[in-house]
Order: sequence, then C-alpha cells, then structure tokens
Amino acid sequence: MPDKPLLSVHHLTVSLDDRLILQDLSFEVNRGATLAIIGPNGSGKTVLLKALLGLIPYEGSIFWSPGTRLGYVPQKIAADRQMPLVVRDLLEAKARFLALPRSAIDRAAEEVALPPDLLNAGIGVISGGQFQKALIAYALLGDPNVLLFDEPTASLDEMEEERVYELLEELQKKQGLTILIVSHDLSVVYRSANMVLCLSKGKPCIGPPREILTPERLEEAYAMPHKFYQHLHLQLESDPESKD
Amino acid sequence: MIHPDLIYSVTLALMFAVAAGLVGSFALMKRMLLAGDVISHLALPGLGLAFLMGWNPLLGGACSLFAGTILIAELQKKSGLSADAMIGVVFAGALAVGAALTPQEDLVDALFGKFQQLSFPTFTAGMVAVATIIAFIFYFREQLVLSLFSSELAAATGVKLDRLNLWFLLVFSLTVLVGLRFMGALLAGSLIMVPSTIGRRLSRNLSGFLLTSVLASVTAVAMGFVLSLYVLRRMSLGPSTTIIAAVLFGLSLLCKPRGARR
Repeated sequence: MPDKPLLSVHHLTVSLDDRLILQDLSFEVNRGATLAIIGPNGSGKTVLLKALLGLIPYEGSIFWSPGTRLGYVPQKIAADRQMPLVVRDLLEAKARFLALPRSAIDRAAEEVALPPDLLNAGIGVISGGQFQKALIAYALLGDPNVLLFDEPTASLDEMEEERVYELLEELQKKQGLTILIVSHDLSVVYRSANMVLCLSKGKPCIGPPREILTPERLEEAYAMPHKFYQHLHLQLESDPESKD
Repeated sequence: MIHPDLIYSVTLALMFAVAAGLVGSFALMKRMLLAGDVISHLALPGLGLAFLMGWNPLLGGACSLFAGTILIAELQKKSGLSADAMIGVVFAGALAVGAALTPQEDLVDALFGKFQQLSFPTFTAGMVAVATIIAFIFYFREQLVLSLFSSELAAATGVKLDRLNLWFLLVFSLTVLVGLRFMGALLAGSLIMVPSTIGRRLSRNLSGFLLTSVLASVTAVAMGFVLSLYVLRRMSLGPSTTIIAAVLFGLSLLCKPRGARR
C-alpha cells in the first residue's frame, strides 16, 4: 500500500482584505518530495506558504500527517539589521523558546556549514548569503522534517545563490526532508524539484517538471514573451534525463 | 550616609532603574522609545486631579494613563490619522489639562518627581511591580527577540504576537507608573529611553546590550540621588537622574560604536 501523503490540501480558498488570492486549490505532497511553487507575481505563492504554516485564516482543509515538524525560511526579513543581535542570539532565542538543548544550536550551524565565528557576528554585518544560511540554520532548529522556503535566494548574487541551492539539495539528500520551495528561477526549479505547482490566474496545475515547465503552460500561466522561456526550453531539451 | 527613612526610596528607585533599563532595551529595539515616553505624560491629568482631591497620586496617574491610551486608539480609528499624530494631540492636551488641574505648589513635583519617604506598603507594592517587570522581561526575552527580529518568523515558530505585544505595552506602562513618583510625569520615560541608547552604543550582542543598559540606568539613578541629596539640593530626582544619564550617553559617544553596520 502506498504511503499516505505528507500534506493534503483540499479546496483551499484564501481571501485577504476582501481580495480573493487562492481559490479552491487542491493538491498533495508525498514524503521526501521537493515541490516547487511557481507562478507570476501576485498569484498567491507566499500566501499559500503562509496558509500552510497556519499564519493566515483560510477556508478548506490543510492536513499535515501526524508528526510533521515544519521549518520555515521567509522571503524577505524586514528585520532591523541594526539590532544588537548576533546570529547566536537569534538561534538561542528559538532554541530556548522550544526548550531545545544548547547543542542543537551548534548542530544546526554545522548542518549549514556556518563557521563558529559567524555565530558571534552581528546580524547587521554578515553578507546576504551568510544571513540566508543563518535563517536556514534557524529553520533547522527543532529538527523539522519539512522545510518551507519562500524565494530563498531573492536578494543574493549568483555565487551565493548557487551555494544556497547546493545546501538545500545536500540537506534533502542527507536528512530525507520534504521541501516546499517558492522560486522564480525556473532552471533551479527544473533542476531540484520533482513536483511543480504552478499558480496562475487560470487553473492551477501540478505535476512533474517536464509536464508543467512546458512553453505552452508557462505562456498560459505567466503570459510572458516567447524568448523568456526559450532559454529554459533549450535547457530542458539538452537535458536527456527525465525528472519525475 | 543615606538617612534610614530613605532606605525604602533608594532601594525601590535602584530596582526601578534595573526594570527601566531592561524595558528600555526592548523598547529601543521595537523603535517605540519616543512614542512610549509620551505614555508617561498621559499620567499628568490624573496626577493633578489626585493632588487636587487628596487621592493617591499613583492611582490617579494610572487611571489617566489608561484612559489616555484608549483615547489615542479611539481617536486614531475615528480620525483616520496616524497613531503618532494622535499621540501628539493627546499628549499636548494631557499636558495642558494636567498643568491646569495640578495645584500650583504641586506642579513641579508632578512634572519632575519628588524625593520622599515611602511607607512600607507603598514600598512593597513598588517592589512587587518592579519584580513583575523584571520577571516578564526574563521570561519573555526569547519571544520578544524573535518578534522583534521578524514577526512572521516568530509567528511561524509559535509565538503568540498579539498577546506578547499587549503584555509588553502593559509592562511598559507599569514601568512608567513606578517611575512617576521619583521622576515625575515629564521625565518618567527618560530612564527607559536614555540608558538603552548607551547600551546600544556599547554592546554588540543581546546580553551585553541588556547588561549595559541596566548598568547605565542604575548608575544614573545612584548618581542622581547623590546629586539631588548632597550637591544641588533644590534639584528634583527626575532632572538630576536624567542629566546624569544624558552625560553618560555623551561619554558613550567617545567610544567606538560596536555591532553597528559596516
């Protein structure tokens, strides 16, 4: 008998300030999957993550299988980087709040290869990539088995972006995590996801990257000019391995 | 030597300094120092009325503080103007009404605080309030840090933000109330504001920040006592403490800031 899905979403509808953001969305995610959530701006990707985290009110049902522990890396932290906080303060705050042992902090830092001197660096002085690593370490505290990422590399340069994605892939391989990731970068989606959920004004669709990341579907979802996806299309053509 | 009758006052004032340093540190991170300070001015009409009618000044202060806070929230809803605009209006109004209500001979005391002997019950009530404030900060320290860093991340971690913010506001008001007696309605917020700026300049992590703020606050009160008791006897405790705190801040400028941006 196949495993029950880790996450079942049925008829999810979310309205914010009387504006309908998500309507009648249903999908399932299996344990160990990497689900990429794509779609044009304003299609409700971040809202979906927040609903899944239980941060905003919604209609319909969201069911996480028992024993699920969520870790979350938000899109942008509007944090005041002038605050007198070092990375360790932040990790310690979560560890203490969840009554985790101190060793959990060092373990989380180790998992994302955050060097010890960076733990004692102010959050205002570290680079964007290091800050993102610190946030991933924060998400890993409490031993989650599902990670939700909202555009984890939005403000990073290419090198830093690459490192963050390598880290995610490594974490998933090592710990068998289930990952839900919102991303704008379709080549990354193609590379790391095995399921894609495309939110758009029309009907949302879900499936393996090869089925969803087709020029026709993308044009329909994004209403974008042909040459924008041509690059991706060529990439897909040149990649002989199919991803399911 | 401090007169034995003043032991209660001195002890409570020093403990208040600890509480104000802690609360101020979080108020600074919340960027609500100035808005928070205005809360203390809202106590003035109540203080004035209490002086006029012979009630307990703290009770009067507490009532008008509470009423003023609600008034700001209501006016904001009704007028559609921003919170800081309404705080400005209510603050100016409260100061004027307070000044008009307070008997002339009590006005300076109400505005700038009075150094006085405390009865044992008043001392005990004050100590309970201060202990509550300090315990709150220590118990909720992690949740406060998370909520200040990112409210969204805090909520995802399980912090109940609405409740936390409300409690922080209540603790902030309680701190102001305890300070009213020593520091007066105009300066009760100064020990919440100034020491935390010193702590911020001289520290780069949270523990250092809290510790430095508390030390600066306690030093300001201790030296303020000496100043108003032995040096400038006509000066109230509010101004003397605030002057010391401001001087300490000035001195902190001589040190290189730590933990600020590159």
